[in-house]
Amino acid sequence: MWALEFIWWVPILPLLGAIVNGVFGSRLSKCWIGFFAVGSTGASFGLSLMALAGFFVLPVAPNGDHVFEKILFTWIESGNFVAEAGIQLDPLSMVWLMIVTGVGFLIHVYSIGYMSHEDGYARYFSYLNLFMFSMLLLVLGNNFLLMFIGWEGVGLCSYLLIGYYYDKQSAADAGKKAFVMNRVGDFAFLLAIMWTFWIFGSIDYTTVFPAADSTFQYGGFAVTMITLLLFIGATGKSAQIPLYTWLPDAMEGPTPVSALIHAATMVTAGIYMLARCSAFFNMAPTTMVIVALIGATTAIFAATMGLYQNDIKRVLAYSTVSQLGYMFLACGVGAYTAAVFHVMTHAFFKACLFLGSGSVIHGMSGEQDMRQMGGLDKKMPMTHATFLISTLAIAGIPPLAGFFSKDEILLSTFLGHTTGHLVFWFMATIAAGVTAFYMFRLYYMTFAGELRSEDKHVRDHVHESPPSMTAPLVILAALAFGGGILGLPFIRQGHALKEFLAPVFSDANSAVHPHASFGLEISLMALSVAVAVIGIALARYFYFLKPAAATEFANRTGVTRTLYVLMQNKYYVDEIYDRYIVKPIIQFSDSFLWRIFDVQIIDGFVNAVGKFTVDLGSVISDVQSGLTRRYAVAMVAGVIVLAGLWLI
Amino acid sequence: MASIPIPDINIGAIGPEITLCVIAMGILMAEVFSPSRKNRDLMGLVAFGGVVVAGLITMSFQGESFTTFSGTYIVDNFSTFFKLICLLATGLTILVSIRYCEEENIHEGEYYALLLFTTVGMLFMASGEDLMTIYMGLEVMSLSLYALAGYTKTRRESNEASLKYFILGGFSSAILLYGMALIYGASGTTKLAGVSEALMGGSVNTTLIAVGVVLTLVGFAFKVSAVPFHMWTPDVYQGAPVPITGFMSAGPKAAAFAAMFRLFAEAFAPLQNDWWLLLWILAAVTMTAGNLFALAQNNVKRMLAYSSIAHAGYILMGVAAANETGSSGALFYLLAYTFMNIAAFAIVGIVASKGEERVSFKDYTGLGYKYPLLGATLTVMIFSLAGIPPTAGFVGKFYIFMAVVEKGYIVLAIIGVLNAVISVFYYLKLTVYMYMRDERVETTKIVLQPSMIIALLLSLYGVLIIGLAPSAYMSFAKSAFLSF
Repeated sequence: MWALEFIWWVPILPLLGAIVNGVFGSRLSKCWIGFFAVGSTGASFGLSLMALAGFFVLPVAPNGDHVFEKILFTWIESGNFVAEAGIQLDPLSMVWLMIVTGVGFLIHVYSIGYMSHEDGYARYFSYLNLFMFSMLLLVLGNNFLLMFIGWEGVGLCSYLLIGYYYDKQSAADAGKKAFVMNRVGDFAFLLAIMWTFWIFGSIDYTTVFPAADSTFQYGGFAVTMITLLLFIGATGKSAQIPLYTWLPDAMEGPTPVSALIHAATMVTAGIYMLARCSAFFNMAPTTMVIVALIGATTAIFAATMGLYQNDIKRVLAYSTVSQLGYMFLACGVGAYTAAVFHVMTHAFFKACLFLGSGSVIHGMSGEQDMRQMGGLDKKMPMTHATFLISTLAIAGIPPLAGFFSKDEILLSTFLGHTTGHLVFWFMATIAAGVTAFYMFRLYYMTFAGELRSEDKHVRDHVHESPPSMTAPLVILAALAFGGGILGLPFIRQGHALKEFLAPVFSDANSAVHPHASFGLEISLMALSVAVAVIGIALARYFYFLKPAAATEFANRTGVTRTLYVLMQNKYYVDEIYDRYIVKPIIQFSDSFLWRIFDVQIIDGFVNAVGKFTVDLGSVISDVQSGLTRRYAVAMVAGVIVLAGLWLI
Repeated sequence: MASIPIPDINIGAIGPEITLCVIAMGILMAEVFSPSRKNRDLMGLVAFGGVVVAGLITMSFQGESFTTFSGTYIVDNFSTFFKLICLLATGLTILVSIRYCEEENIHEGEYYALLLFTTVGMLFMASGEDLMTIYMGLEVMSLSLYALAGYTKTRRESNEASLKYFILGGFSSAILLYGMALIYGASGTTKLAGVSEALMGGSVNTTLIAVGVVLTLVGFAFKVSAVPFHMWTPDVYQGAPVPITGFMSAGPKAAAFAAMFRLFAEAFAPLQNDWWLLLWILAAVTMTAGNLFALAQNNVKRMLAYSSIAHAGYILMGVAAANETGSSGALFYLLAYTFMNIAAFAIVGIVASKGEERVSFKDYTGLGYKYPLLGATLTVMIFSLAGIPPTAGFVGKFYIFMAVVEKGYIVLAIIGVLNAVISVFYYLKLTVYMYMRDERVETTKIVLQPSMIIALLLSLYGVLIIGLAPSAYMSFAKSAFLSF
């Protein structure tokens, strides 16, 4: 199939788009900028679709592998270290390929409308295309080094795009925060890669993973450390405890960026990495418990923080952190398929929610505070309808996509073998209820009731967004509605995604999943639906039927009040980090690194070199005088010195 | 009557040289018979076509290994690799020159003919298997270069450059020839293989051979502008026409390195324990001095001249290591260097505009915004010269440093790395001027001819593709070493 042979064009096309817009952007009209940016991603998406078709007809190898690998060239060769630049396409990367190019394409289309009034149109699209390139490199590379380069690349683009409004102090700070926090994780990831190379003598997936079983000792030190380092890397990129605080701040970037990078694709890179290295993680039971614990804790912790936020995008940001927690929980109990399934459905409904919120912000002339909104259901019917579908999906109401994937995670956790799995299941179920509550709080505050804004300009200008923005919303809402069809429970062969991913995770799933009885499965489902409905009902009571009750509740004293304040202030985690980590580092940097090391030692050295060169220059100008005979003398002197060195 | 042995003559082996000679003479004739200066570009294109044909013939020799003309001329992967580098340098220079000649109103005929004759000399040096072949090649190359250096007759600096280069070049040739004579006297042969055998036999006069080797070394050190035999370089580079400066910094240097390599790795190989220290010191002094002087320059052309001295130092590291990685690393470096340096000088020539007046750092202020593509190209070249990945310059430095470490010259490797750091400072200064200065300077409008665009794109492609996928080029460079 030719599309597979040309698969390497999938990342190259957005890169070309980024170069064209980056170099010539200032001279192109907005129309052409949009054409190059959207055209390159669209072509990339089209090619991915054809590659998908080609992949289905690609025969499965006798040993069950379903992989297409194409080595483009030997990239680095140094001693026994060999890194090839090659593409590996297997079911796992295929899923991400479709999400990244598909959702990416829709968000590029949306951006044309959303960014039309902004400065730096070309810069925006250049960065966004560069992000597409990095992300595709991350998922398509056939070795750890390529993954790492993509990993760094998406981090860089995330930094650039969060700080897109660089003249705004808070945006610039948020970009810096995201970058630094990610670097902490990246460092751990790099250590893990080095350690892997040290043990296996290779960084190719096809060499390393099949050998994992025989090389590592089950639960041994090396595999536990490597997987822990990998996981730390993942917590940075995927915003898990303790490295999650950058993601809510990342909402300073333009909304389509939040949708693409900080919800649908980049933040799921950590899940991709864990799923890719499942052969390692299956050998490290201790790490698995830690992954599940961090995932479950993050899920509930972030959900409670989302309860009392008033910025529409921040609520969604905390919900993203919380949903990513679910995915890590699934990985931790060995249910990689469920994690990948949730990545997919989450990409649909969360992208839709973010783009919907963008549409709201666009319509409200830039207002992000939900207390100023309300009653938008009539003014923005398309946005409202799609938003409602996605909100139901994230709340876990059947038969929407989010229900099936979340339910599968809860079921797998309940049945899992990981130590403490019942506790994790309980935490995740509570978190599901909290999710339903805060998402419908958001929904009611935004769309129900009457418009609360007093600003005349805002009130007069509320309008539905242009078709280039609503069309992606409709497509994403349709996917959020029907995407669950890929993973239907009960029906034989109904779980298409599991069948598809079977070659990648064959070991992982058979080890963990005994078949659940029908009765147990149905009662767990009923329970999670009940929890979701309770959450929605409470939200409806507090924010639609009796809005006064919410204020009253908030003003009560006692434990509830303390909790309320704690949650609203995000448990003061940012303040704690600031007080105990950031401040001491700044202090140290200021008093030692800057004043002593930099100013006195480094600058001193540089100045000395400069002075030395100038002094030398005056000496040299005597010799380098332009007088030919002096040059000849220098040559003779050189001859004498060299001959003398040899002969003496 | 004793019969005179007829030497084996393989005309096909010198096909590239013959092609270039014929084209060059044809161009000279054309200049005489068509004094109307209408189709000016045509001569450049004909010369370029000749270079391409020569390149194709050279490529057809890939993988072969034989000597001819009584063992004075050799064809192997090593010579093929170097010939391709030389032809690449000439080809790029011709593309760059078309614009320059128009602007400076230069007589094209002799210019391209001299350029091609220089190339013929370089090709003979790369294939020289006899001291005499190497020397003849060197002289053919040098004599044409002296004339080219002073080609812009109306510029005083150009005349000065030419004369200085001629006098000092003659001096160095004398030293080289003297060294060769001593080697002949000591070993009784001028064939490289013969010299090697004689040295291994051990019955040679050691003092004679030592002085001979040192003098030969100095002769080549002059051509590659190693310190302290470099002093002509800044003056001549500054005075010569810009395309010729770019050419001199790449092509003739590569040819000199080719001959030097063959001499030291083949003929003088038995004496390696004696000469490695000389090359070690030469390499260390050359790169350090080159970089420190470059640091203090305000004139971009002069800065590049000093930096080319530093680059010669890096390549000398590879020669000093004289192992497989070192030699292939040096070959690789020269290939990368040819692309980046000719392109960098070409852009300097473009910015300099008529009469070469705009050559200080200040003249580059805001260039990156005014001419985005030109600025981006120069930035890539600068990054490559500074050795920043993912460019060819980085890979080249990496292999050379690795070779030196393999050989155990750790101190030399440290000196090399420190030098690379110093060089970053003055290279990036140029990008700072291009992108990070607020004030704008008025520049004359820059219009790029198609030939110039092709040359720049070719270099850009070369620098990036070699940097991203070095292994194919590296394996060719390795096979060049194995062919000794």
